[in-house]
Amino acid sequence: MSASSTPRRWLWRSRHASFRVDARLAAVTLVLAGLAMLAALYAVTFGRIAIPFSEVLATLAGHGDGGMQQQVVLNLRLPRVLVAIFAGAALGVSGAVFQSVSRNTLGSPDVIGFTTGAATGALAQIVLFGGGPIAVSLSAVLGGMLTAGLVYLLSVKHGATGGYRLVLMGIGAGATLNALNGLMLVRGDLDNAVAANLWLAGSLNARSWDHVFPVMSGCLLLIPAVGLVVARLGLIEMGDDVARQLGVNVERTRFAMVACAVLLAGLATGAAGPIAFVALAAPQLAIRLTGAGGVPVVSAAAMGAFLLALADLATQISGVDLVLPIGRVTGLVGGLYLLWLLTRSRRGQ
Amino acid sequence: MGRKKARRRLAGLLALCGLVLACMLFGVVAGARPIPLATTWQAIVHFDPANSDHLLVRYVRIPRTLLAVVVGAGLGTAGAILQALTRNPLSDPGILGINAGAAVAIAAAIALFGVSDVSAYMGFGLLGAGVAGTAVYLLGNLNRNGAAVRIVLAGAAITVVLLSLAQIVLVNSDEHVFDQFRHWSVGSLQGRGYAVLYPVLVLTSVGLLIALSLAKALDTAALGTDLARALGGDPRRIWGLSALAVIMLSGAATAAAGPIGFVGLTAPHIARLITGPGHRWLLPYAMAIAALLTVGADALGRVIAPPGEVGVGIMVALMGGPFFITLVRRHQVSKL
Repeated sequence: MSASSTPRRWLWRSRHASFRVDARLAAVTLVLAGLAMLAALYAVTFGRIAIPFSEVLATLAGHGDGGMQQQVVLNLRLPRVLVAIFAGAALGVSGAVFQSVSRNTLGSPDVIGFTTGAATGALAQIVLFGGGPIAVSLSAVLGGMLTAGLVYLLSVKHGATGGYRLVLMGIGAGATLNALNGLMLVRGDLDNAVAANLWLAGSLNARSWDHVFPVMSGCLLLIPAVGLVVARLGLIEMGDDVARQLGVNVERTRFAMVACAVLLAGLATGAAGPIAFVALAAPQLAIRLTGAGGVPVVSAAAMGAFLLALADLATQISGVDLVLPIGRVTGLVGGLYLLWLLTRSRRGQ
Repeated sequence: MGRKKARRRLAGLLALCGLVLACMLFGVVAGARPIPLATTWQAIVHFDPANSDHLLVRYVRIPRTLLAVVVGAGLGTAGAILQALTRNPLSDPGILGINAGAAVAIAAAIALFGVSDVSAYMGFGLLGAGVAGTAVYLLGNLNRNGAAVRIVLAGAAITVVLLSLAQIVLVNSDEHVFDQFRHWSVGSLQGRGYAVLYPVLVLTSVGLLIALSLAKALDTAALGTDLARALGGDPRRIWGLSALAVIMLSGAATAAAGPIGFVGLTAPHIARLITGPGHRWLLPYAMAIAALLTVGADALGRVIAPPGEVGVGIMVALMGGPFFITLVRRHQVSKL
């Protein structure tokens, strides 16, 4: 990046808090959020029956025709795209927090075993108990949170976790659970295994408002909360001791942030199943696009929402007669995009 | 390093090798069908092609046990190299996209070409692993000597793209395709004979030689590109040779036995707890520990749930995971 022009920023201070808004950061975030909305709106027009754009807008504005089209938009397609947007935002923020806490580019809820634990919960429910979709979601979230909590507790030593030990504990727990998952997949009945594999791919099919509300309220509450505290996380990145000297309560901040991130990941997983890669890619993409330092929270949220909305759109408009699970499409889209960005950037960060 | 310390390290390494040998013996004797030790010995020294026990020992258990050692040693070494190069404790051979490349190739082989023989997967797996690994290396290195983060990110991106492709292929094909794939995807040595062993042995030997010749260079590379160059290393050469070694080692292992992620990830960490970060000792220790894990897990997996068997990939992580956690909790973690 050329150092010739200092980036434009706005500063806002009150007695207890101060915010700095970087012009490019704000612009990129707004554009991403706008694109996410557009992709979502466009996706609403697609489906077994095509609904024209004007009709969608009229329905959303509250004066639809009251007929079937309105029902389809309000009760089938709107929940679907809203789940995409909020789950994406939740995953993006969760990944940003984990990458900062673990000081690792590969950081994501996987680091603390969340994703693997969620898969274990879901697989156990499908293969051993044969529960329905809601039971599967619940056991996934439960499994993920239990694993994350266990990993966190295991890595506490002398009252401190330390980012590095957290990562190693996550590796151990993740590997063990992964083996359990493999065992259930191989030993289980083939039909169950196929069903489990489909769940593992993530899905936005047949979402209702029941799926939307938890993840939406979670996002609206937790993302601003993370945004308020995130400056301290940036200080912890400089090292626990330095942060402590600067007046940050390192352990408490880390615990609160990890808890928020796990909650967000849990809500997203409960709503859409395990969605690959958004948590890992969204913060990295946001950093590369905005060029801003610090932990990207709002930009990562916008990026995550955009990625998932785009992937949803891609599954809708693909003309080929293929089953395209959303989790796999995010993998394809996000992965290719990240590769493209990597080939363009002059040097690694 | 003091002479005494070196002698202790050597003794430790020899003890590990002894353990590997003991596990190999156990691996040859263990199995669903009980064959007495004497018969096993007879099968090795006085082979009688008409005796079915002899056949079983000679053509099933021995190649399989040897393969476990070779695969394990390769994976452990590849993991140690990658963790040093990328300076990332989360790195395992999968980070170069090798597992994902093999997975796509094998999913395609089953779904599109109807391959159903485990040893026939081998060629496809090798091809996929090689192509994916090379692609990640080239992408990560596009602009002069690649920063470690770039390779890690390129690897993660290619991995997720390829795995998504593999899953899309699986979801859209017949159930039996998924059935075959799931057995490969958890990592197993079942049914691998000499036809698999020999090519893997050759590739792994060459890879191990390259790796050992790099031990000193890796010590400097682990300090970062700039410091490595300041100390007279050529990051480009180190990266190129290491990538070659890793692709050979873990490509061969994954093609032969399926993805066994845990070994390459944790064996170097365990070795580092014993030896510290110097690669002259770390590499052989990682090699021996990984071989021990793999052989032991494979043998145990065969006796734990008769008449069936639990794949080595599952066994090794089920046993090794908790062990790894206690190890990390007990000891001061040695950073890279």
